[in-house]
Amino acid sequence: MEGEVVVGFRNVDFSYNSIPVLEDVNFTIYDRSFISIVGPNAGGKTTLLKLMLGLLEPSRGTIEIFALPPDRARALIGYMPQHVQFDPHFPVTVLDVVLMGRLGNGTRFGPYRKRDRAICLEALKRLEMYDAWKRPFGALSGGQRQRVLIARALATEPRLLLLDEPTSNVDVAVETELFELLNTLSKTITVIVVSHDLGFVSQYVQRVVCVNRRVAVHPTAAITGEMISDLYGATVRMVQHDHRE
Amino acid sequence: MYAFLSDLPRYPFLQYALLTGILASVACGIIGSYVVTKRITYIAGSIAHTVLGGLGAARYCQVVCRWEWFHPFYGAILAALISALIIGFVSMRAKQREDTVIGSLWAIGMATGIIFIYRTPGYNEDLMSYLFGSILMVSPQDLWMIACLDVLVVAAGVLFYNRFLALCFDEEFARLRGVNVEIFYLLLLCLTALTVVLLVSVVGIVMVIALLTLPAAVAGELTKKLWHMMVLSTVLTVLFTTAGLAVSYGPDLPAGATTIIIAGAVYLFVAGGLRIHRLRRKH
Repeated sequence: MEGEVVVGFRNVDFSYNSIPVLEDVNFTIYDRSFISIVGPNAGGKTTLLKLMLGLLEPSRGTIEIFALPPDRARALIGYMPQHVQFDPHFPVTVLDVVLMGRLGNGTRFGPYRKRDRAICLEALKRLEMYDAWKRPFGALSGGQRQRVLIARALATEPRLLLLDEPTSNVDVAVETELFELLNTLSKTITVIVVSHDLGFVSQYVQRVVCVNRRVAVHPTAAITGEMISDLYGATVRMVQHDHRE
Repeated sequence: MYAFLSDLPRYPFLQYALLTGILASVACGIIGSYVVTKRITYIAGSIAHTVLGGLGAARYCQVVCRWEWFHPFYGAILAALISALIIGFVSMRAKQREDTVIGSLWAIGMATGIIFIYRTPGYNEDLMSYLFGSILMVSPQDLWMIACLDVLVVAAGVLFYNRFLALCFDEEFARLRGVNVEIFYLLLLCLTALTVVLLVSVVGIVMVIALLTLPAAVAGELTKKLWHMMVLSTVLTVLFTTAGLAVSYGPDLPAGATTIIIAGAVYLFVAGGLRIHRLRRKH
């Protein structure tokens, strides 16, 4: 029933300056699934993504992405970081930023090809940012920038899409649209979304990876109030907000 | 200005000076835009000052050790590349000590140069021309070396444009897309080093940083794409160096300093003008 293993963590520990961030992490994510990583701030969500990308090394245990070490699987991963530190006056247009997603897919030097531009414009269309392709990236609002960065991640034509808080700057209408798009994408590729909004994502994703130093994986059908209070350490009122018809 | 125009066809040294300015401007416009957007002006400043060590050592070897082939230009290239690599490795391996190393190299490079020049017999005119430029002294042989270096820097800067843009904008993402960011960062510093050497012959060590950053800063205010910034910055540098030569020639002012004054004035005018323009539009 379950397909190819996309992400596999076995007995992974990670500590930062000898402060443990993650302990004994074991989980597996299969091909073509839609997964959310949730948990409190500083609980280790972004660390988990950076381990998958090979930007951080585990202090113990093994991580495999498509049965490869993470740093060798990067070509298969599209990544949207939570923050990009950049100078708002940096002279780049929206299309320039998305084209960075085409690095490593084609020529080693010289200009990008027509095909690269076509792929990037298509990605912008899917995120409804096509009309802004000529605009300076620094002139966009926070939510628009996030959508451009998601388009950049899509432009890499990934088999695994990792998005770190893609909806922290957008309203509910845009958030709903974005999750519909990710839902469609997850029919063909694996999508992993970091979110702090468990109630919202649980309508879309099949499984939730709960991170707070330790990691537990739950199918969304089985999320209970007790589980959430275990994760966040306090009683949390559940709000049923079904936006889908 | 009139004296410059009437003497230009008659005196080869003026033609060489003009050509040196134009050649150096192309490298300056391209690499200067990378330096400004990657925010490594301070690194470029340090590299520029270590060039004095190379110039001084090479001149000493020429005069005292009779190494006739060791032109100060080679010494400058060597010193600039070595300091670029040292700073590059330090900034990748030990981020928290980066500024200390940059500052010390800056001073050590100058000190080495001063000692060598002090121990070189003859007039100490060399020191002044290294520090403040001697564009009117460029020989045809110098011009050939400047042209070769220029072609090298411009070719690398243009060929790897996409990678350098990604490196300057978002280093982490570039790494994830398989760009070897360490190698490209070192390459960028080396290209900066070579550009600095080109500019030393135009305006001298002390004023290199101004010519590397002021035209790029003006261009950055007026453009929305990095390569537009490079083209405009190149055009501006050609205008500044040419105007510097033309204006300084008649009243016998130092050409390098005149060039920098013109560049600085244009920068202040454009930056100030844009601020006022934006304020007016808001109201």
